[in-house]
Amino acid sequence: MDWSFIISTTLLAAFGIEAIVFGLAAIGLNLQFGYTGLLNFGQSAFLAVAAYSLAVLVSQMGFSFWVGILVGIIAAILLALLLGIPTLRLRADYLAIVTIAAAEIVRLLLRSVTFKEWFGGSDGINDFSRGFYELNPFPIGRYTLGPVSLSQDQLLIIVVGWTLVGLALLVTWLLVRSPWGRVLKGIREDEDAVRSLGKNVYLYKMQALIIGGVLGCLGGFVYALGRQAVNPDFFGTDSTFFAYAILILGGAARVFGPVLGAIIFWALIQGSDVILRSLIDAGVPVFSLMTASQAAVIRFILVGAGLMILMIYRPQGILGDRKELALDAR
Amino acid sequence: MHRRIMAAIGAVFFALIALFALAQPASADGEQVSGRLENRVDGGRTPVPGVTITVTGGGFTDSTTSGADGKWVIPVPAQGSYDVSIDLSTLPEGIGLTDPDKIVITTTVQPPNLNRIVIFPLGESTAVTNSKWATAAQLAFEGVRFGLLIALGALGLSLIYGTTGLTNFAHGEIITFGALATYTLNAGLGMPLLLAAILGVILTALFGAFQNRGLWKPLRKRGTGLIAMMIVSIGLAILLRNLFLFFYGGDKQAYTEFVGAAGLNFGPVSVTPADIVVIIVSILALGAVVVGVQKTRLGKATRAVSDNPALASSAGIDVERVIEVVWIVGAALAGLGGILLAFTQQVSFQMGFQVLLLVFAAVTLGGLGTIWGAIVGSLVVGLFLQLSTLIIPSELKNVGALLVLIVILLVRPYGLLGRRERVG
Repeated sequence: MDWSFIISTTLLAAFGIEAIVFGLAAIGLNLQFGYTGLLNFGQSAFLAVAAYSLAVLVSQMGFSFWVGILVGIIAAILLALLLGIPTLRLRADYLAIVTIAAAEIVRLLLRSVTFKEWFGGSDGINDFSRGFYELNPFPIGRYTLGPVSLSQDQLLIIVVGWTLVGLALLVTWLLVRSPWGRVLKGIREDEDAVRSLGKNVYLYKMQALIIGGVLGCLGGFVYALGRQAVNPDFFGTDSTFFAYAILILGGAARVFGPVLGAIIFWALIQGSDVILRSLIDAGVPVFSLMTASQAAVIRFILVGAGLMILMIYRPQGILGDRKELALDAR
Repeated sequence: MHRRIMAAIGAVFFALIALFALAQPASADGEQVSGRLENRVDGGRTPVPGVTITVTGGGFTDSTTSGADGKWVIPVPAQGSYDVSIDLSTLPEGIGLTDPDKIVITTTVQPPNLNRIVIFPLGESTAVTNSKWATAAQLAFEGVRFGLLIALGALGLSLIYGTTGLTNFAHGEIITFGALATYTLNAGLGMPLLLAAILGVILTALFGAFQNRGLWKPLRKRGTGLIAMMIVSIGLAILLRNLFLFFYGGDKQAYTEFVGAAGLNFGPVSVTPADIVVIIVSILALGAVVVGVQKTRLGKATRAVSDNPALASSAGIDVERVIEVVWIVGAALAGLGGILLAFTQQVSFQMGFQVLLLVFAAVTLGGLGTIWGAIVGSLVVGLFLQLSTLIIPSELKNVGALLVLIVILLVRPYGLLGRRERVG
């Protein structure tokens, strides 16, 4: 078994693009679900509109990188308004169903043959990231950090990604300790009590949905730039559910919960996958019965089982406080 | 208590593994797209040679012609998504696509299906240009058929939601379970399809009872919140779907006895024998459950529990027994839905997951927790889904159906037949 390969792959997953993308998505969810109690099951759509705005504007319409980012953020805000206006007055499970439906609508439109000219169908779009990498201040070369070796472009996206994560955490931390943040927690615990204090609950929920959506959409940018490609099927419901698993693992309603969750989640997922594959390659008796394609499925079986066990036995996750978090407010 | 839940979860896994161990794993070698062209007329299948097939995607394009046995293979350079198209001008006289939408099929080559099989549905040429009304009639018929299938899933989901408050995201996997169980008994053990289907429904009902006993009942006793249970159901859905993928692979499979028979024509509407079976069986099943809920003692108890569990319990109704029956009936209905769905769509590990959102749309449209609402909502979704293809491309029909869901929630948040009460 090649342990240095196993360790470097695991480290790269735990601190690389996957962890950043899902960390940002989960930070957004944390504000919406963890602090406000909004069941947004369409987080992948926020990532999708941001990533595709960037890709379409730069590659199909020839705008600059910064215009793409700006339009992406505006698109995320519009999506939040579009989802929030009909549903935020309704019960939590209605919001869940509408947001999951909306996310699926977005994905189906992006991958359709009808709009292939603009969104590239199921192939996606892949020539839009040059503007970003031209800004790279790191000189060309390999950068070795412990067992991991990165190109200058990989280093750039990881540095930018973790900076965004840091900023998103700072924003969350400042928001939730403000009076505004206390109102959000109040809404999560007892909406009617907050309403009776004269607060406009609807408006607060909308603000939480928008800010959480914008924080999450940063993950869409990192995904698009890190892969230098966008593909519609990444933005399916499974991605949203992974973000939930990460949030609950780390601890909802805790500022650092999503990031800790993302690092551990990807270390476990990628680590178990690499170890399993090397066991199969090494011809270890029981494992060699499995085909490579079956081995690739194991990680998702683990995610499902993990999410169930976590939710039943430790719904507050690693960092959370069970008393604070009444997940079953409604 | 914890130990019991763990033991139950473990038992579910082992039961699944024991049941599915008979399924063959997916084969995997080099990346390729392949298929066999067969002309299906009057129950027979004859290979169609000399037809040009083209695969494009990711900058790659390659063509081939089908061999004497109708088979064709195109190796592709990498994993990814490819569009496979058939050149209709190379088809022999009198043979055409039975589904005109399938002239281009998009497929994804990825583990575990490195050999992607693409089937073009060939049959008697139906190139006669139908009038708009004839097309609408055909689509309406297909809409009703699909609506009835959705209703089988929706009624169970709605009953479970009504009595326990659980928004069950793992309901799609119950649908898949029914189809896979039947497929295993039929294709794996060689049982006749009818017997396999009946046993499939029974197995799915047991699966539902088992799920309730082993997982949901203990969770209810612990006082787990509804949202927490919803997230548990998401975990269960991911777990089950990937277990299905693990044991069955990602390819679509067909029941062995099932043959795509030619359609009978009723005026402008073409109906296959399978359509008739699907429609009659689903109407009988839905009717039986509706009558049962309205007329029988247990049905009345179910409605009482839906209305107010605490009051029902104080009136001497055994709430847990009612919930258990609801799980059994709901799972059996969903399993039946999956078994029938596989007649037209074939069996795959994610067939239930793919219709789950439409089932949700139907239930929400009709009004969460109402019985007639689930059925009416399903028929509306089915009809809308098919009829919308008159105007929009058929690949976007799900978009239309989901949009309608959102619009209806704006106007009537309690659904078409739901009671006007505060839901916000």
